[in-house]
Amino acid sequence: MSKPKIATCWLDGCSGCHMSFLDMDEFLVEFAQKVDVVWGPTVDPKEYPKDVDVCIIEGAVSSDEDLHKLEMIRSRTKILVSLGDCAVTGNVPGMRNALKVPQLFERAYVENAAVNKRAPNWGVPKHLPTARPLHEHVKIDAWIPGCPPPAKAIHFAVTELLAGRIPDSTEYTRFGK
Amino acid sequence: MAATPVSTEVVTLKLNDRDVSATRGQTILEVAREQGMEIPTLCFLEGLTPWGACRLCMIELKGSPKLLPACTTKAAEGMEIVLDSDRLKKYRKMILELLFAERNHVCAVCVSNGRCELQDLAQKNGVTHVRFPYRYAKYEVDSTHDLFRLDHNRCIMCTRCVRVCHEIEGAHVWDLKGRGIETEVVADNNLPWGQSESCTRCGKCIHACPVGALVEKTTAVNEMKKRSGFLPYLTTMRENRP
Ligand code: SF4
Ligand code: SF4
Ligand code: FES
Repeated sequence: MSKPKIATCWLDGCSGCHMSFLDMDEFLVEFAQKVDVVWGPTVDPKEYPKDVDVCIIEGAVSSDEDLHKLEMIRSRTKILVSLGDCAVTGNVPGMRNALKVPQLFERAYVENAAVNKRAPNWGVPKHLPTARPLHEHVKIDAWIPGCPPPAKAIHFAVTELLAGRIPDSTEYTRFGK
Repeated sequence: MAATPVSTEVVTLKLNDRDVSATRGQTILEVAREQGMEIPTLCFLEGLTPWGACRLCMIELKGSPKLLPACTTKAAEGMEIVLDSDRLKKYRKMILELLFAERNHVCAVCVSNGRCELQDLAQKNGVTHVRFPYRYAKYEVDSTHDLFRLDHNRCIMCTRCVRVCHEIEGAHVWDLKGRGIETEVVADNNLPWGQSESCTRCGKCIHACPVGALVEKTTAVNEMKKRSGFLPYLTTMRENRP
């Protein structure tokens, strides 16, 4: 039997959730033997494969690029997991949502800048009007809240997924944990 | 003087199939907690007049099509009550999710993170995410008081501050303005809190507030420790005053 294909993805987050993933320490060895990590910031491949079993996603959906990536991943993956408060609630990236994007740029790149007072206008993805949780854009199958979720919560969720169950991680984590 | 017949003082009822007795006038919540049976509450705070606003403590009464709030419903003879049906669990989860969707509770950057009643209840009631779209509306933070801060982003409209300031401190600084989703707590006649002449700076509202809306100014993320245990004590003192 071939090993389950797992991907991880980093949208608008601080990578703290991926760090927490790496905090699973010795379990990572076992994990690496049981699954194929086929895509994500910790591995090389550039192209997202067509038939991924589980993708664990960190970060809110903040730009058009985030949204395209998320939709592409949804169409090629059986189970999507929202990892961490940014993916689950919008969290810190969502704190800009009461501002309009031009106001936001003014504040970030002009008011609070010491030099080069202007917003970047090329080479960066276009901001969506609001940064939102993943499940407000596509169907999500499981949630692991926390900022970042403790390694124990991720370990539990991954173990459940490998056993073919959808994890309920409320025993191990909560919003803001 | 004729003795009052015992039957008017004690009532018997059923909570989740358990036969219990209660003193007339006790609420379902009081009886349940005496029995060690849990009902989630948010606007209720022992020592303050029950308000019945959050609806988290709803229970089922046999024969009644309506759900009733346990914190304001009085125990009566022969009641048959269910505390935790699937229907109640479903509504409780929904109420908690709506509270999160309504304002901006960014738990990760809150001084009450880890000591918040809303956060705890979400975890206990199985809220892994919020199924309603977040509003992301703009709310003010009032930092004009020299000791305390009011962050409207995190207020859940429980009115515990309103009641503690009026009923226990006797200052009546807090009131509500607006209606429905526009409702907000206001100090005095809608003044910045720092300009309030009625505030005695006692800090009771800080400790009565279940979330990170009313906090001490010097606290950073995760640092605000609330102590509401003084309330039943003060209430009992007041009631037993000669
Ligand atoms: S500090 Fe005391 S007097 Fe001032 S608003 Fe709070 S409860 Fe009222
Ligand atoms: S400020 Fe706190 S105590 Fe007052 S209504 Fe809001 S949540 Fe309740
Ligand atoms: S605790 Fe009963 S309605 Fe809020």
